[in-house]
Amino acid sequence: MEIFRNLAEVNVDVLREVGNIGAGHAATALSRLVDKPIDMAVPAVRMLPFDEIAEQVGGPEQIVIATFLRVEGDAPGNLFFLMKPSASKKLLRSLSGIEVVSDDEYTEMEISALSEIGNILAGSYLSSLADFTGLFMTPTVPALAIDMAGAILSYGLMQFGQMGDGALLIDTTFLEGDEEVEGQFFLIPDPSSFAKIFRALGVPYE
Amino acid sequence: MIEDLQIVKVGMADLNVVQGSGIIRTTGLGSCVGLTLYDSIAQIAGMAHVMLPSSDTAREGQLNLMKYADTAIPVLIEKMEKLGGQRRRMGAKMAGGAQMFAFNSMSDTMRIGPRNVENCKEMLMKLSIPLLAEDTGGNFGRTIEMNCQTGILHIRSVQMGVKEL
Repeated sequence: MEIFRNLAEVNVDVLREVGNIGAGHAATALSRLVDKPIDMAVPAVRMLPFDEIAEQVGGPEQIVIATFLRVEGDAPGNLFFLMKPSASKKLLRSLSGIEVVSDDEYTEMEISALSEIGNILAGSYLSSLADFTGLFMTPTVPALAIDMAGAILSYGLMQFGQMGDGALLIDTTFLEGDEEVEGQFFLIPDPSSFAKIFRALGVPYE
Repeated sequence: MIEDLQIVKVGMADLNVVQGSGIIRTTGLGSCVGLTLYDSIAQIAGMAHVMLPSSDTAREGQLNLMKYADTAIPVLIEKMEKLGGQRRRMGAKMAGGAQMFAFNSMSDTMRIGPRNVENCKEMLMKLSIPLLAEDTGGNFGRTIEMNCQTGILHIRSVQMGVKEL
């Protein structure tokens, strides 16, 4: 993992702060949406082999509801917001105007609500990052998928596939109260974006 | 009857083989392709979890041969031959190569699934290994496993349930 060998502690701190700012704003948006306080864990910055990335959400076969968007502009990358089905149903139940009938199946209305939620959260994550770094970052139209975590996350790793066998991800977990994990953000900046992010924040980077 | 079947797992950008009785499995295939080769006489099954179509695009220092369609298949064959497999007896089955997310602007990266499938086929043709069956494309993830005694490939997906090839 040539390019990451020189990632100093100060760089990791900066990336963690980047995750902190983005997820913090998204958590605020989510807590307004459900009208309940939402906590978040301190973001983790990790360099993980491909195989272990899906382990972060319960294994490659874990079914997740995923919003994916490609970040374009000065510092391209991939942004995922993942929820487990139980968490997504819990979230849907707390929204007014939606009646959740089944625990395993999703109505068109629920899918539409979930993609809108993913859209709002990813959007607020990204716009606070753009403000914080002063970099131009624009999202593609978000896409929603309900499928195996491995299949979904591997899609965000292709740029890394050409450089090595792992990827750097910034992940943050949301909690409602302290009972259940509501969702998880994964920001996977393209390898070429690190230098730009660090430069924008005035941190030296080889 | 409870059988103690040996289960061999294949990770992303990885490959492995199993001989005799046993199951070889890879989980959560999205745009990656799970390519299997089977020699029924020697009862050897091989599986590669191919991530990218071509090693030409590689920029890594040490090339991981198991990651690319064009390099993984020859390595897999070699590994099977070491166990007594013979290339002329091998048949291929594959699954995966989905497009997990649909976008209007289809850059090359977004088309990675179909390109993985295309390049696997091209490589099989070059090596004159017949492609016996495939379950590729779509927009969903798959978990696959091959039973080494039968050569049957089981494919499981959230949307489509279980399928046998």
